[in-house]
Amino acid sequence: MTAAFETGFDTSRLATGFADPVLDAQAAFRRLLAAFSYVGRIQEVAEIAEIPAPLNAATASFCLTLADLETPLWLDGAAGRPAVAAWLRFHCGAPLADAPEGAAFAVVADPAAMPRLDRFAPGTDQYPDRSCTVVIQVEALSQGQGQGQGQTLRLQGPGIDGTLDLVVTGLPPWFAETWALNHAIYPMGVDLVLTCGRKLVALPRGTRIEG
Amino acid sequence: MSEIITEPEQGPGNEARRRWMAVLARASRAELEAEWSDLPRPPSYEWLRRPEVGLVMVRGRAGGTGQAFNLGEMAVTRCALRLADAAFGAVATGHAYVKGRDRRHAELAAAFDALLQTPDGRGPAQEAVRRLADRRAAEREQRSRKANATRVEFFTMVRGENPR
Repeated sequence: MTAAFETGFDTSRLATGFADPVLDAQAAFRRLLAAFSYVGRIQEVAEIAEIPAPLNAATASFCLTLADLETPLWLDGAAGRPAVAAWLRFHCGAPLADAPEGAAFAVVADPAAMPRLDRFAPGTDQYPDRSCTVVIQVEALSQGQGQGQGQTLRLQGPGIDGTLDLVVTGLPPWFAETWALNHAIYPMGVDLVLTCGRKLVALPRGTRIEG
Repeated sequence: MSEIITEPEQGPGNEARRRWMAVLARASRAELEAEWSDLPRPPSYEWLRRPEVGLVMVRGRAGGTGQAFNLGEMAVTRCALRLADAAFGAVATGHAYVKGRDRRHAELAAAFDALLQTPDGRGPAQEAVRRLADRRAAEREQRSRKANATRVEFFTMVRGENPR
């Protein structure tokens, strides 16, 4: 039967999605397009009335806008709750992947415990587009020089005039090292979207990071 | 159109729900409107999925034999909604898939479906469904009676087997 049966989630508690599925998805798509065009610049999406925990508004917008029945979705342990799974299956119709390797999109709610980036599909030389886009929910995200704690990432590459500083709290300690490997296999590799509340920033595979 | 439909924890069984969803889908919009306005306490609800029109491929054996094949596409309207409050003793979601492009028909069918899953809303809604089902059965009876009245009996005369 359905995954909802397997997870035992009672759909009478299903949360609503976008208030206007067409216009809200278009608005969110515009913000995602801006995020991938202006690499490293923070974009803000609109608030969504009901979002199942632990997803934030930016992650939820990403999934509602891009995930559909052709994009297997992988949820990490923290995000893979029955309420989240049922909500995404209902509103996106996306199948849920059992392992990161088989996913077109991945949602990571607990970056400390996330698998390394080489576990996600990097695409192939012939089809680099068959790679995974990983959405990571971080604790804090800000532009420019770091005030207080947080890891400053100095970004360089397409879409960036010179360099750009991004301050992120909550990435795993091995992040810079695995990102270098991910960048090295260009044109293959995964793309990242970091989200925090309504804010999101894209880090495509072509970006160099000095952390 | 993949769909998540599960049985509510204390609700009636899936079999009963399948039956009433079929009755609601086959009823006409005017009938549903009438039953809805006759409800003692029509509930308010919010959308999980606004009514949307899509196509479903209908498969069948065109000649009555052989392999099932794609007969053609049919317009279907679906929606899902959630009762706005627990005024009827439970929170419930209603789903509807109805033939045609009538959004309001799908909306009413889904609202009845939700109501039928609540302890306090069930009674009047069940009455409504019973009336709709009875009317459908009566129409069918009437139609088959009419058809039966024009039935022509053929018989073949076979030599040597005529009744004496």
